[in-house]
Amino acid sequence: MSVLTSALSPRSEAFAENRKAMLAQLDVARVAAERALAGGGERARERHLSRGKLLPRDRVEGLLDRGSPFLEIGLFTAHGLYGDEVPAAGAIAGIGRVKGREVMVLANDATVKGGTYFPLTVKKHLRAQEIAEANRLPCVYLVDSGGANLPNQDEVFPDRDHFGRIFFNQAQMSAKGIAQIAVVMGSCTAGGAYVPAMSDETIIVKDQGTIFLAGPPLVKAATGEDVEAEDLGGGDVHTRLSGVADHLAHDDLHALELARNVVGNLGRAEPAKIARRAPEEPAYDPEEILGIVPADPKTPYDVREVIARLVDGSRFDEFKARYGTTIVCGFAHLYGIPVGIVANNGVIFSESAVKAAHFVELCSQRKIPLVFLQNVTGFMVGRKYEAGGIAKNGAKLVTAVSTTAVPKITMLIGGSYGAGNYGMCGRSYSPRFLWSWPNSRIAVMGGEQAAKTLAIVKRQAMEKRGQDWSAEEEETFRKPTEDMFTRQSHPLYASARLWDDGIVDPRHSRQILGLSLAASLNAPIEDTRFGLFRM
Amino acid sequence: MIDTLLIANRGEIACRIIRTARRLGVRSVAIYSEADAGAMHVAMADEAVRIGPAAVADSYLKGEAIIAAAKRCGVDAIHPGYGFLSENPDFVEAVAAAGLIFVGPSASAIRAMGLKDAAKRLMQGAGVPVVPGYHGGEQDPEFLKAEAGRIGYPVLIKARAGGGGKGMRRVDDPAEFETALEGARREAKAAFGDPHCLIEKFVATPRHIEIQVFGDQHGNVVHLFERDCSLQRRHQKVIEEAPAPGMRDEMRAAMGEAAVKAAAAIGYAGAGTVEFIVDASDGLRPDRFYFMEMNTRLQVEHPVTEAITGLDLVELQLRVAGGEALPFTQGDLQIDGHAFEARLYAEDPARGFLPATGRIDYLEWPQAGAGLRIDTGIRQGDRVTPHYDPMLAKLIVHGPDRPAALKRLARALGDLRLAGLTTNAGFLKRLAEHEGFAAGAIDTGLIDRDAETLTAQAGPDDLTRALAALAHHLGDAAQDNGDDGPFARLSGFRAWGRARQAVRFMEAGERIDMVVADLGCSAYHVAPAERAEAGVDIAVASFDRCAETGAMTLRASVEGWQATHHLLVSRDAVSVFSDGATHVLPLHRPSDAAEETATSDRIVAPMPGAIGRLTIAAGARVAAGAPLVVLEAMKMEHTLKAPRDGTIAEILVREGDQVEDGAVLVTLEEES
Repeated sequence: MSVLTSALSPRSEAFAENRKAMLAQLDVARVAAERALAGGGERARERHLSRGKLLPRDRVEGLLDRGSPFLEIGLFTAHGLYGDEVPAAGAIAGIGRVKGREVMVLANDATVKGGTYFPLTVKKHLRAQEIAEANRLPCVYLVDSGGANLPNQDEVFPDRDHFGRIFFNQAQMSAKGIAQIAVVMGSCTAGGAYVPAMSDETIIVKDQGTIFLAGPPLVKAATGEDVEAEDLGGGDVHTRLSGVADHLAHDDLHALELARNVVGNLGRAEPAKIARRAPEEPAYDPEEILGIVPADPKTPYDVREVIARLVDGSRFDEFKARYGTTIVCGFAHLYGIPVGIVANNGVIFSESAVKAAHFVELCSQRKIPLVFLQNVTGFMVGRKYEAGGIAKNGAKLVTAVSTTAVPKITMLIGGSYGAGNYGMCGRSYSPRFLWSWPNSRIAVMGGEQAAKTLAIVKRQAMEKRGQDWSAEEEETFRKPTEDMFTRQSHPLYASARLWDDGIVDPRHSRQILGLSLAASLNAPIEDTRFGLFRM
Repeated sequence: MIDTLLIANRGEIACRIIRTARRLGVRSVAIYSEADAGAMHVAMADEAVRIGPAAVADSYLKGEAIIAAAKRCGVDAIHPGYGFLSENPDFVEAVAAAGLIFVGPSASAIRAMGLKDAAKRLMQGAGVPVVPGYHGGEQDPEFLKAEAGRIGYPVLIKARAGGGGKGMRRVDDPAEFETALEGARREAKAAFGDPHCLIEKFVATPRHIEIQVFGDQHGNVVHLFERDCSLQRRHQKVIEEAPAPGMRDEMRAAMGEAAVKAAAAIGYAGAGTVEFIVDASDGLRPDRFYFMEMNTRLQVEHPVTEAITGLDLVELQLRVAGGEALPFTQGDLQIDGHAFEARLYAEDPARGFLPATGRIDYLEWPQAGAGLRIDTGIRQGDRVTPHYDPMLAKLIVHGPDRPAALKRLARALGDLRLAGLTTNAGFLKRLAEHEGFAAGAIDTGLIDRDAETLTAQAGPDDLTRALAALAHHLGDAAQDNGDDGPFARLSGFRAWGRARQAVRFMEAGERIDMVVADLGCSAYHVAPAERAEAGVDIAVASFDRCAETGAMTLRASVEGWQATHHLLVSRDAVSVFSDGATHVLPLHRPSDAAEETATSDRIVAPMPGAIGRLTIAAGARVAAGAPLVVLEAMKMEHTLKAPRDGTIAEILVREGDQVEDGAVLVTLEEES
């Protein structure tokens, strides 16, 4: 394979400036991450610990194999929402190894609003399940939740992708042979009771875990019966009498040990058959990624500089290098796993779209996973391009990306605007994972263009009515739109709403992509049947 | 020359004798008790014969059985080693009567030296200096007290048949004499069946210096210089050395001459040791040594003599026993350098040297060769039983001079790695580094004076815990999952924050959580969960874990200090080897705690049925597993047992009662 040659000069002033700008953006994400990692406040944590319970992160760490990586999903969920009082949406989700197998772990954080489900908690839970289902990852639910957050019930309960979908997913996955394992380490009330009840195997912690459709207060209200929580739905009741749970654990640590044993008995995974090579570190230092992206997003740069710092040995066999040059396509390996890379290198033209569609076809036929490095302002506009059928050619790419059966992983390394987002496998195209760099921006179009567009439409309307509109007035009109776009296109705004799976340090891109790929390969790669390509 | 040799012993000495036999082309036959069927000496020998059950009286002391074994295997000589039958004249005679060679002195020589008072009288007559004292037959307390007054206080009362410090009393004041005598007699009677005591001058600043002698059947006797065995604990030798520190030629010559005289007086053939007590209060002086006793066997500490003379004493024994003359004269012998021997015991110095038993889970000797010799009879995986002497091995070092040899000894002890069993290695190491010992200022009281610091067994410190936690973490993480993919390679990766996995140890019934935070690039921060300030940064340079044994070598920098650490990472514990000592940190096992408390207070019917029999009454004390109730159901009898030890609080059913499943039948009293 050919080795990429970097033109980057780490000692240059531009490099230093770029790096500084990227680190500043990264710091914003880091502050948010630290807040999310801390979970509930000090008092909630103290209270939790005083009950002899492990903190949710310690539960996850205790479940995982020693030294296992943990590919966390949705850490930034609910950032800045609900009064900024629900860090990580009150749940931890991610993929790690248990007994040598990759599993999806989902842990409620009872230190955050009692672990209740806010709308975004539901969304995060469903996202974790979606990942598990797509990649055939066994699920381990570490349950400690008060159920639906009642003040938000209208956005939690009734709709298709609301609370009930969790159990639907459990049943669907169980039907597909994707193990569902619950560890009840705290409350599991009302609808929540179905998490353990719908699981293939369930563990409950004595004197801590409770499962009931109605808690003692509701029972009292409904029938007048006085009953203690432990007698109503404690571990003893459920492992000895009801059979709702299968294993009684003495404490959290014991429960985690039992959960590990349960995973150990799942049997072997049947991963995708893919020809791997010996892994190799990139020839260029991934640390240098920080200095690649220009501080000014309007300045173009060569995306191959990024690729050279991601892939094994910086080896990259480019496809159609001389054609449609604003998308770079080529084959490489990540930790020995073959991948096809599709990366933006400017605005998309018809040629680039067609080339990328061709490349997606190649990878689909060869069952090679795809990695999209997205940095796109959109498709080229204008009379010439519309006449050249750019919509038709863009559609070819969208069709190819939509219908390919190979695993797709998307990383937003810059802009994600307009139809470019579609062609480059944005969230709607169900990439197995979608990660964002801290400098990325996502919106239907740029704020400036949006404001300008609105202003032009308004000016035309006013002029039609013979009204006058001063430049100053127009400026005042444009400002709120621009501000709104700026705010809403920020990766923290996006990640808070689970438009992606998380913001990542660009230096970790290789690891993140590698782990995402490895997780994806837990599911066999099916044959692709493309939709119709408009010719 | 002897053709086939039976070794009537076990352990290190049997192995050591077999080694020489093999070198000389002599076929070796071992004997073993049932407890020793898998022992090292059995495996080493060309042949081995089982002679009886574990108890020594039924095996290693069973002369007839041993002689029968010798005949069965066509042996022509028996080597008794030390201990067991080595100084039993009746056995020597029985061996001779069976037409076999006994590798050792004659029965008469053994008898002559067997009783201490008679031996002393004999020596006195032969012109060998003895400690002033009374060794006569008169046992009247008044008479003995008068003798004590004549000799001059302080005096020592000793059992005639004694050894090992039993039946021995020091008396400083005449007023205490009667009580002390009574005590000594009682002990002597109990230990040797002989209350007879003798009185001796108590020697201040005593040193135990012995002379190795060798005689042949042609009347030649030489001495192979001295050994200093002053480093003793309760009259048990701990570290021996040769030559004796501070020994001058003049005194050596005098002592050697006296020893040779002693051996010659009884026509001694073979290896023997003449023990002297030396009054070192004025340094070593040729007029201040006294005959104590003669050991008519090969001594435990003979290897130090071998180290400084270059001789193989067992080879000499075999040659002499075979009738050959000594191949050298006194003039041919000279001392080369200095040697030490340390006795490694399965015992716990921190708990009054209580013998330890158990399985040797892991054993790695320091690198032998280059001045280090290890005589042992145990291997990794062997069990140390309470049936036999708890000595595991002898570490023998040799160097050009005393400081060099002593340094080797300390190093060797520090490099010893043994787990599964408590040993005195740490104690020996501290002794080897003792300032007074290094200066050669030794006497038999040194250990007792400094016992506290020498036996202090510090528990694991924070660093030991941190290393143990990290080793467990690494060892567990390194488990092969059969792939080389990102999840196997990207150890501890977190996009944000750090992997923080706890390793939980049990110490004195308490759980101690050590949190291992992965800092990336093989760097870790390890801290006790309760005391974050005691955390340390550890950068792992390399580590290697043997999958079979769990032995781990961890090269790591702790806050910038790089060193190699040796540990044993097993399923249940991490052992940290440090300076000969082994810190064992058992891992907390959640299921253990669960088993303890899973035992409930109630005995419940597992299914509907009829109570067939009640086997207990309320208030009865029951042990876990005791049958309580027989439930007849589905044509079967189900015996319900006590889930734990406890007292029956209440019996809620009567025989013949029909019960539903889940019905509580019996309750136990709650226990705090």
